[in-house]
Parts: sequence; C-alpha cells; structure tokens
Amino acid sequence: MRAPSFNLLSWLIAIAALLALPWLVTSDYYVNIASQVVIAAILALSLNLLIGFGGMISLGHAAYLGVAAYLSIYLTAHAGFGHLAGALIAIGATTVLAMLFGYLALRASGLGFLMITLALGQILWGVAYRWASLTGGDNGLGGLKRPHPFGLNLMDPAIFYYFALAFFGIALWCIARFVQSALGQSLQGTRDQPRRMRALGYNVWLIQWLSFVFAGFWGSVAGLLYAYYHQFVSPQTLHLTTSAETLLMVIAGGTGTLLGPVVGAALVVILKNVVSAYITRWLILLGVIFVVIVLFMPEGLVPGITRWVRSLRSRPRADKAADTPSIAKDSAR
Amino acid sequence: MNFWIIQGLNGLAFGSLLFILASGFSLIFGLMRIVNLSHGAYFMLGAYVGLSAIEAGVNFWIAILIGGGAICILGTVIERFILRRLNGQPLAQVLVTLGIAFIIADTCVWIWTGDPRPVPMPRELTGAFRVSNLAFPIYRLFVIGVAFALAAALWFLLERSRLGAMIRAGVDDLPMARAMGIRTSLLFSAVFCLGSALAGAGGVLAGPILSVYPGLDSDMLPLALVVVILGGVGSLLGAFVGSLIIGFIYSYGQALFPDLAYVILFLPMVLVLTLRPTGLFGRQAI
Repeated sequence: MRAPSFNLLSWLIAIAALLALPWLVTSDYYVNIASQVVIAAILALSLNLLIGFGGMISLGHAAYLGVAAYLSIYLTAHAGFGHLAGALIAIGATTVLAMLFGYLALRASGLGFLMITLALGQILWGVAYRWASLTGGDNGLGGLKRPHPFGLNLMDPAIFYYFALAFFGIALWCIARFVQSALGQSLQGTRDQPRRMRALGYNVWLIQWLSFVFAGFWGSVAGLLYAYYHQFVSPQTLHLTTSAETLLMVIAGGTGTLLGPVVGAALVVILKNVVSAYITRWLILLGVIFVVIVLFMPEGLVPGITRWVRSLRSRPRADKAADTPSIAKDSAR
Repeated sequence: MNFWIIQGLNGLAFGSLLFILASGFSLIFGLMRIVNLSHGAYFMLGAYVGLSAIEAGVNFWIAILIGGGAICILGTVIERFILRRLNGQPLAQVLVTLGIAFIIADTCVWIWTGDPRPVPMPRELTGAFRVSNLAFPIYRLFVIGVAFALAAALWFLLERSRLGAMIRAGVDDLPMARAMGIRTSLLFSAVFCLGSALAGAGGVLAGPILSVYPGLDSDMLPLALVVVILGGVGSLLGAFVGSLIIGFIYSYGQALFPDLAYVILFLPMVLVLTLRPTGLFGRQAI
C-alpha cells in the first residue's frame, strides 16, 4: 500500500471532518452532494482494486452499480420483497454476475480484458434500455422508498449521509485489509510480474478472478446505496459514460493509492454538479479531461500535482512520484 | 418460411453494415494494437456529415464520399497528432480514443440536436425487389452487395498486394517488420486512414436503414467489439464471419424475442470465450 503516509493525527482530523460535515455545511444541497461523493467513492475504491492493484483496466464497472440498483428497486418496489431481502438478493445476484463476467473477461488480459468488459457492460445497458417490460426502458425504474433501518429516518439528508458514510468506512477498511492481505499482495504481484508469479506457483487466474469478484461485490454495495439515494435508476446508470466517469475518478486521484480514488470521486462528483449547473455539455468536458490527463498527467491529477508541488519545494527529490504505477506505463499484456 | 428468409436478409444487411465498421476496427487493432473506441463515434459523425451534405443538395453517392473523406481526415489528424505521441502506451491510447468518442458524440448532439434523423435513400434504389410473393427493399440488397464487394477488395488488398503483405507482416511481428525495412509509420497512417474512412462511409450507408440518432455510436461500438472478440483479432475473415453471425442473431433475436435481443448477444461471446479465446479465426489471444 503506497498511500501517502498518513499519521494518526491526520486520520483523526479527516474522520472528524467527515463526521462534522453536516454541521459545517448547513444546506441540504451540499449534504446530498457529500452523500453522492461517498457513494461514488465506494465504487471508485472497488474499481481501483482492479486498475491500481490488479493492473486490469475495466471499462464495464458501471455494470455492478447499475445491476444492483435495478435489482434492489425491482425486488423491493415491484416484486414485493422486503428491504433487507431485496438488498441481500440484489447484492448476492450482482456478485454472481461479477463471477460470470470475471470468468469471461479474464479469458483475455490487457486490451482484450478492456474490450470484453466494455462489451459486456454495454450489452447490459442495451438490455436495460430495450427490455422495457422489466426495466421500464428509457423511463427507468422508480418507486423505491428508502428503508428505515433501526428506526433511522433515511429521508433526512444528514442521516442518509451518515448511513452512506458508515458503508464507506466499512468498504475502506475491508479494501485496505484486502490490499494488505496475502491475496492482495499477490494481486499486486500478478500486476507487476504475471509470468514470474506463475513460475512461483501462484494461480494467477484465480487471484485475479477473486479480486474481480471482490471488486464487483463492493460495486454492488455502491449500487444499493445509489438506489436508496436516487430512489430511481435508468439505463444511463449502466452506460459506458458511468464506467468512464468511475475510471476518471480512479486515474484522476492516482491509481494504486488507497485514498486517491476517494479524492478523485470528490473531484468528479463536485465538478459534474458544478458544471451541470451552468452548461449541459458535461460529456464534452469529460472527454477533454480524459485527453488532457492522458497527454499531460499520465500518473493522475493528485500525484501529478503532488509531484509538481514537491518539486517546487525541494527540487532534488522530484522523481519520487515515479513509483506510483502510471496508467500510461503499463504494457498491453 | 417467408419470415425466416426476410429476417435472414435483414440479418445479412445488418451484418454487412457491421462488417464495414468492424473490418476497419479489427485492422487497426490487429496492426497497431490500438482499441479505437472512437470508431462508433466516427460511424455516427460520418452519417451526420453525409446527412448534412444530402440536405445541402448533394447527391447520395457524393455524400458517401464526403462522409468517408471527412472522417478519414479527422482520423488521420487524430492518429498523427495524438495517438502517435502515445506510441507504445496502448492503455493511454485507448483512454484518449474514449475521450475523443465522448467529445464527438456530444458535439453531434450540439450540432444536429437530439432527434433521430432518417437519411434519405438514393432515388434509384428505392422500392422493393420481388421474387414470387417475397418483397425485399432493394437498398438493403445493395448494402449486402457493397459489403461483399468490400470484403473481396480488402481480401485482395491484404492477400495479393504489396501493401497488404506489409500489413500482414506488421500484424504478425511488428519489430521484425520494422527491421526488414518496412516503414511502419506510413503503414499505420494508411491503415488508420482506411479504417476511419470505412467507418465514416459506412455511417452514411447505414443512414437510410438505421437513421442517425444520438446513441448510434454506443449502439454500434459494442457490436463491433463483439464481432472482433468472436472473429479474432486482425483477421479479415473473422470480422466477416463475426459480423454475419451477430447480424443474424440480432435480426432474428429482435424479431422473435424483442425484449431479449440484447441478452442473446451474450451467448456467442460466452461460447467463443470459453471454447476458443483467440476468436474463431484469430491466431493470437486478444
């Protein structure tokens, strides 16, 4: 884990700031944006497992967000399941889907992996869009009421924020533990030296597949929260643009660091909300950001700016940032 | 019986359009290892450019040339000035083409608005072709003919010409081809230019059948990906067979199980990836 070396104090300050946020920003609008950031951060954390720690660039991660959201809304609001049962089935079924997709996508590596995940994700989008009798087609699916777990009123923005934040905390802890575990360490081994890992007797395929499923699981948790937050889901949730936005969160924050995707999620969600208030051309901006990042800051915005700041402060140690795996330097296979 | 023949011809026509798109995509991927995620956007932009040309009073055939030519120029510029800067970084190249795809798609909505626009058919190809009690639009037969002619021409180019020999050498072993004195830089530009032109012209050609609408790009791109996954990387025959398979599945699927047409697309992918990950006619795993 090559996270920036946070000491105990900075962790405490960060946690206190996250907990105090609803008091610091008094408007519900900003609390809601904070909830969106937290949900997006869970999704970005899970995608970063694949990209940053596994070297597997997936362009279909919206699949787990969207399928879990569709399933939970369909089961609870349209098929008569209870909230808990609906949520558990949605997460379970989406994880099974991740098992299947992982099996298919890991038949290839590198660019082939990327193409397969993209194709699978877009087929799901087509299913949601065309299978109107089940998914509501372009109109999407709504009618979900937020649950009242332990008597909490999740309709209150601040309470929902804490609810999502709790999930985020659990996700962050689990993913941090995963990265440090033997499995997570060997995943990073397969990223850097797949052939050598194989020669050492590691089952590279199994390591990658288990990580893929684990990432899919956390993607589906994000999808569940997404469904509760919006109480609505449309095919757009499954679309390539959602996968690309999540990918942008990961590479903007810096791949392969634990907290980079969280920063990236905050950047992308805030930027999208701010920009959408003024212009309707978010997609063009998204495209331009992609091109600019790849051309000028291949290691990601946060490490890029960190390096820039550090090189201003102490010039001799400017090459330190080269350690973080850059999205551009990975080879094709 | 008529149903099966008509839907079979529809599948053939749709597969033909897919082939025009996917052959360029597959060639670019096979030779340059660039997954050109802008390819669907090229297709859509080509269709819009052709539509505007026709609305400006240009003949349909010239509009195909204009659509293909415009995208060819765009593709060449992108290849020369952006993709080439990222030489040897395949993932960075993919992300750039994804970004460019978004920029093109949103620009199209900006210029041509969000409404679907049918591209008018050339007058000489309107009407239906009749055999006993079967009627089939002449235009679709024409599209099928174009795809077969293109397949033959590409086959001739790849298998029987000097340029094709160089491209095949590049697909098989790029460093060695370069060492033998083949100017791969020019070769890359030529192939990218050809693939872009095919996508743009294919878009115009598809206009009268599919019409042009925002989202045409993200409808077509995954199908092209599936075709390449099925057929195998850089294989012309694979792109051809894969396109026809997907064309048939899509056409029969939409007629028989309209809700599930997209679900059925999973099946060939599952089968091929499980049994033959190199694709039907590929020599290397993707």
